[in-house]
Amino acid sequence: MSEPWRIVVAKPGLDGHDRGAKVVARALRDAGNEVIYTGLRRSAQQIVDTVRDEDARFLGLSSLSGAHEHLFPKVCELLKQQGLNDVIVFGGGIIPLGDREPLYACGIRAIFGPGTPTSEILEFIEQSTQLENTGVGQDSDWYWTSSA
Amino acid sequence: MTFEFLEQAKSGDRRSLARTLSSLENGLVKIEEVLDVIGPVPLPINSDWQTLAITGAPGVGKSCLLDGLLRSWAEKGLRVAVLAVDPSSPRTGGALLGDRVRMTVVDDKELNELIYLRSVATRKASGSVPVIVEDMTKVLLALGWQRVIIETVGAGQSEVRCAALADRIVVVEGPARGDGIQAEKAGLLELADAVLVNKSDLPGAEVHADEIRESFELGAGTTPPVLLTSAIQGSGISEAAEMLLMLSSSGRSTRARWRERLLAYHERKILESPQLDELLEKLAKGSILLDEALHIIGGEHNE
Repeated sequence: MSEPWRIVVAKPGLDGHDRGAKVVARALRDAGNEVIYTGLRRSAQQIVDTVRDEDARFLGLSSLSGAHEHLFPKVCELLKQQGLNDVIVFGGGIIPLGDREPLYACGIRAIFGPGTPTSEILEFIEQSTQLENTGVGQDSDWYWTSSA
Repeated sequence: MTFEFLEQAKSGDRRSLARTLSSLENGLVKIEEVLDVIGPVPLPINSDWQTLAITGAPGVGKSCLLDGLLRSWAEKGLRVAVLAVDPSSPRTGGALLGDRVRMTVVDDKELNELIYLRSVATRKASGSVPVIVEDMTKVLLALGWQRVIIETVGAGQSEVRCAALADRIVVVEGPARGDGIQAEKAGLLELADAVLVNKSDLPGAEVHADEIRESFELGAGTTPPVLLTSAIQGSGISEAAEMLLMLSSSGRSTRARWRERLLAYHERKILESPQLDELLEKLAKGSILLDEALHIIGGEHNE
């Protein structure tokens, strides 16, 4: 068995709903990964500090508050500033299709909406590590085309 | 083999520190190789402890309490690192590491330079602390973290493996954890250098603290301090933080500690054996006996 991936699952901003984040964290755990859950209402800086100190390979961001347009790019920006360019970032929650393109442009490699099967998230994890340069600050146009 | 991140860890880069710890965990680098680059583990100052284990049953408030203690220590300017252990699934190997949820002090901009928190999964190890924590502790001390706290998995009455890895042991208890006879039972409490009875805002805490004190007094030797705390209300925390910094070893359990160290060492030899997977496979098929498996692993080390 290979070593487990370390994955931070985070809830940025003022959003008190974490059922989705917990479902994703659980699916990632059951697939053999080490999932570090931040808890609710974290700032972008706090999330990036956690990724740094926990040596995470992945960061999953969950937002249902509508603030993703502001918060997700901010997290990506801080990751790049701190030289955490190789961390693979994905997002989920209530994120309208029309909002996703600019998020992919920030280096987020997948956005999963409500109803996404957790198996799809696991496939994304698998595929993103097989491709090259899928980190948030790395030079690739690739992103996962999600079903929801 | 040289690793660039070791040099960067030495110069204070926290990502590189985190990467060094992962590399140890994944067996990619040996502790001797790391210390060769970053420098030796400093000797303890006076008789101060360098490593402290915080243990106790699940849900007694270890993480919450530690959050308060860290704040007190950081406010004094101490650099403290925490290895917070949570269990891995024996089935899938996965883990949900949730200690950060309660640790708000790492989010405090004024203090977070002084605190490093790393979540650790038990992986294949048995017991409440994986033995690799010993190496991780050495790295943290060598990089200038003055004290290292090991927060164990929620531990039962007989789970004393942390004794192998820490200079001092603090047992966290809570109210309504059974009658006086529970405090009389042999096990974890016997190895405690201090006891914190948390959730003192709830009824029964004071009675329980008295029962523990009484139990200690029935035994021979020095009596470890027993303090009441309420992590949620913040009462008793600064007193506990002060007491713990100065805590000397109860000295009651030198033999028991060495026993745990020996067992941990033995377990580590087994877990780090390159033949482990193959041997487990054979055991599961019934093609070898346990004795033979142990013999094969032992043979590797005697070569």
